[in-house]
Amino acid sequence: MTRAAAGGRIDRSRVLRFRFDGRDLTGHPGDTLASALLAAGVRRVATSVRFGRPRGIFSAGPEEPNAIVQIEEPFPEPMLTATTVELYDGLVARGLSGRGRLADRPDPARYDAVHAHCDVLVVGAGPAGLSAARAAAADGARVIVADEQPEPGGVLLGLPGGVPPGSLAPPGAVPSGSLGLSGALPLVSGESAGPPGAEWAAATAAELSRLPEVRVLPRTTVVGHYDGNHLVAVERRTAHLGAAAPAWMARERVWRIRARRVVLATGAHERPIAFAGNDLPGVMLAGAARTYANRYAVLPGRRAVVFTTDDAAYAAALDLAGAGVRILAVADARPGPNGRWRERVREHGIEVLAGGVVAEARGTGEVTSVVTGDGREFEADLLLVSGGWNPVVHLFCQVGGTVRFDDGLQAFVPDTPPPAVEVAGAARGLTSLHDCLADGAAAGTRAAEALGGGGSRAGTGRPGTGRDRQAGGGSPERRGGVRRAADGAPQANGHALWLVPADDCSTHFVDLQRDVTVADIRRATGAGLRSVEHVKRHTTAGTAHDQGKTSGTLVPAIVAGELGVHVREVGVTSFRPPYTPVSFAALAGRDRGALHDPVRVTPMHGWHVERGAVFENAGQWKRPRYYPREGEDMAAAVLRECRAVRGGAGAMDVSTLGKIEVRGPDAAGFLDRLYTNLMGTLRPGSIRYGVMCRADGMVFDDGTVIRLAEDRFLATTTTGNAAAVLDWMEEWLQTEWPSLRVYCTSVTEQWATVALAGPAARDVLSGLAPRLAADAADFPFMTWRDTEVAGMPARVCRISFSGELAYEINVGAWHGPALWSAVLDTGRVTPYGTEAMHVLRAEKGYPIIGQDTDGTVTPADLGMEWMISKKKADFVGRRSLTRADTVRRDRRHLVGLLPEDPGLLIPEGTQLVEHERLPAPPVRSLGHVTSSYLGAGLGRTFALALVSGGRDRIGDRIFAVLDGGQAPVAVASPVLYDPEGARRDG
Amino acid sequence: MLLIPCPWCGPRDETEFHYGGQAHVAYPADPGALTDEEWARYLFFRDNPEGAFAERWSHAAGCRRWFNAVRDTATNRIHAVYRPGEPRPVTG
Ligand SMILES: [Zn+2]
Repeated sequence: MTRAAAGGRIDRSRVLRFRFDGRDLTGHPGDTLASALLAAGVRRVATSVRFGRPRGIFSAGPEEPNAIVQIEEPFPEPMLTATTVELYDGLVARGLSGRGRLADRPDPARYDAVHAHCDVLVVGAGPAGLSAARAAAADGARVIVADEQPEPGGVLLGLPGGVPPGSLAPPGAVPSGSLGLSGALPLVSGESAGPPGAEWAAATAAELSRLPEVRVLPRTTVVGHYDGNHLVAVERRTAHLGAAAPAWMARERVWRIRARRVVLATGAHERPIAFAGNDLPGVMLAGAARTYANRYAVLPGRRAVVFTTDDAAYAAALDLAGAGVRILAVADARPGPNGRWRERVREHGIEVLAGGVVAEARGTGEVTSVVTGDGREFEADLLLVSGGWNPVVHLFCQVGGTVRFDDGLQAFVPDTPPPAVEVAGAARGLTSLHDCLADGAAAGTRAAEALGGGGSRAGTGRPGTGRDRQAGGGSPERRGGVRRAADGAPQANGHALWLVPADDCSTHFVDLQRDVTVADIRRATGAGLRSVEHVKRHTTAGTAHDQGKTSGTLVPAIVAGELGVHVREVGVTSFRPPYTPVSFAALAGRDRGALHDPVRVTPMHGWHVERGAVFENAGQWKRPRYYPREGEDMAAAVLRECRAVRGGAGAMDVSTLGKIEVRGPDAAGFLDRLYTNLMGTLRPGSIRYGVMCRADGMVFDDGTVIRLAEDRFLATTTTGNAAAVLDWMEEWLQTEWPSLRVYCTSVTEQWATVALAGPAARDVLSGLAPRLAADAADFPFMTWRDTEVAGMPARVCRISFSGELAYEINVGAWHGPALWSAVLDTGRVTPYGTEAMHVLRAEKGYPIIGQDTDGTVTPADLGMEWMISKKKADFVGRRSLTRADTVRRDRRHLVGLLPEDPGLLIPEGTQLVEHERLPAPPVRSLGHVTSSYLGAGLGRTFALALVSGGRDRIGDRIFAVLDGGQAPVAVASPVLYDPEGARRDG
Repeated sequence: MLLIPCPWCGPRDETEFHYGGQAHVAYPADPGALTDEEWARYLFFRDNPEGAFAERWSHAAGCRRWFNAVRDTATNRIHAVYRPGEPRPVTG
């Protein structure tokens, strides 16, 4: 065990049992899986993905590249970082090698979403974030603070200082302690001038939570920062409770927050240095080791060497030494280490190697010794590394902020901020606690004041005011140069050391998760790559699920070194959401299963379900595809339904067809501009089939238009296109012809419609509608009548989509089930579904827009020249029908196909060629099959197809390309059944 | 996600809107009088500037009305919104 006897922010009164890689271990509340593993002496946690090398715990946060684990119990979850998994009782996990496994069963947890608005969103509850939140709230702003940790404090949680008995610190007090980022001397335990940092953070967060307009969200990671200050955060509510998580509570919630101003107080990540063996278990970021010692009371080793390029690691060395780790030496790569720090560690008997480096970490399976640049070998089990600190600029860059390379800090820092975004504290390169506190407060005040004072109660919220340009850049320190820490001591600048040169750089790891080494980068630049984006893609550095949080500056710096340019000329790769991995379950929220997409059903749906209909989706609609009887498969059922329509009468629920009422004094003229044929000449009482084109002349939709009155039409659309057609009409009315007095209203769901088709349809209808004069002469094709059907007010249209005598009976939606039952209760009518409808219409050559067309088909291609009015001056798309491309003779025409084998059903989508035997590629395609069925009326299989110059090929023999070889087919007219139209009038 | 100020409803999430491409591309008064080239220019050619761009939006899941916006395509900032038929405002 390497747990210290006392200290840390863990609850030693409770023991949590967990299992890792088959070993039963224990930890305490307050532990992460990583801290508990270190406390248990587990050094090797995972295996690297490419080389299979042992890997340990490298960091103490979401930047972890190594310790990737699979949770097995209580519910399988892949690819989590041990450093962010809060320990719970009953946790079962194992180390991974680059790949996890998804659960083999449905996730029983619920996931939810929250939409929120606020004046100021503060990302991060470290010293800068809490100060910002407090300042903004004091100005009356509505504030949300989101922080990834279970408790507030950020970096303060890893500072020394136990929890003294007694009350919380007064909220206004300034916390003590050094962030370890600066040249300021640290105040180690016992020297505190103020309350310990974590105490201050807890008190400040508690104070904030008491305010009515402030919300503090712990365990909430902001993963995406989008345009207009729209931010997406994931709140982990129950995962840390393990099996004890209450079922009623959402496991995770996705917060979608619209903030008028954002303060990014996201802190900084320590970065590694590339040297031989820098991936061995026992090599750890210095700040992480400090956090393990202070926050978790865990000693990550017994004998340590420190390798640093700045002052930060000295504080870590002192804290670890104080906790009982023997610090053998500090190799400080700078020629002149900070003298005050040097004295401080020397007081503890620690040797400082000025200008020293670590050349190699040695060991099999873990670090057992460390070789410094001067050739000395130290027997050590821990190597603390600090290559400097990178401001966490991920969110800042996601939303369009630009970064610049700061020579003082040797890191990329925020430069030009996006509108209404402030950056505060370590996230913009500040390194002392005092500065971060002051900077956060200033940012919070600026954010609140930018809203015009009084927070949400005032201000315009308009982006782009002059203040924006000031945000995040107001401090004079920003320009680099000499920095002064809070105590006035000159602040040591970062030192540029990215790698320790060696002949063999094959174990100089840059991206630990992707196993990318300096040697790999050299190969990339050696191959001529100069862009860091190209190097990223070539080497995969930065593409693992940690997205290169620890390698993000190292890679461009090493590329720059190879190219002999300054790192600022190389720049960084793009930062893209999400900042940390997000589960699909969280993104889906409640929108899964039956709630994935809205489901639309017709009024008669219950009947269809009861009769065992097999449904198909048409957009969001559920439509009966066929109604199988006992022992029938689909083919048998469809054939029977088709025969019923051709031989007697069938009924189909066609309520899903789009219906749009077009009304107003200019309605007729308006429709004339949208349909290819004349609608203005249609008389009330009559119906006309119409086709609409896009401006490019391609068929967009079709349907019937019935004229209800001089100023009133009802246009029907295809089921899937109803919304698009209404949008199309509205677009033209609003943007091009606003002077037309026309209103369009969707009435699809106000009507229930039954298609009654077949030679017996008139008889059946007459029986149901005794007052209707149904003779062909009294009620001709393409007319409509208002009457009563089965005692219900109904509008009956004489139209046909099957070639048979047919009617569409429309009643109010409420009456739909009664009408449907009345029709079927005659005992003479067979219900049929969409599949039979498709076969029947295809036998007549009626195209389905969207199945037989694909947006490249003109009315002429469909053989519908007769639909193109010669009398109208214009309609949308007309001019395109005489373009050189649309008058080509070899355009693909809709034709019928008859396989020579009358039993062969050619799959839809099959390619058609001229060759009986396929020559060597390339082979010219003549077109493809769009519809293919066994036809009841034809008594054989047939197809519709789009064929190049198809109408000139009628009678030709061409070939369908099938898996088993070519099948000969005859090109025919698309109207294969009853071409004379003799059946239409019954 | 953009926050788009509908001139009738006020600021709303982008998901409520439908994009309509470049604004001020009027349907020609007499398409039949145009050459193939002129018609093709209307059909297929659109500007693609980096910077301020006047474009059409429809508040499809709101008031269902069309309007125009001047958006900077590089920063996504919306400088102005105005109603169909109104001239493009001068923006900075
Ligand atoms: Zn609106």
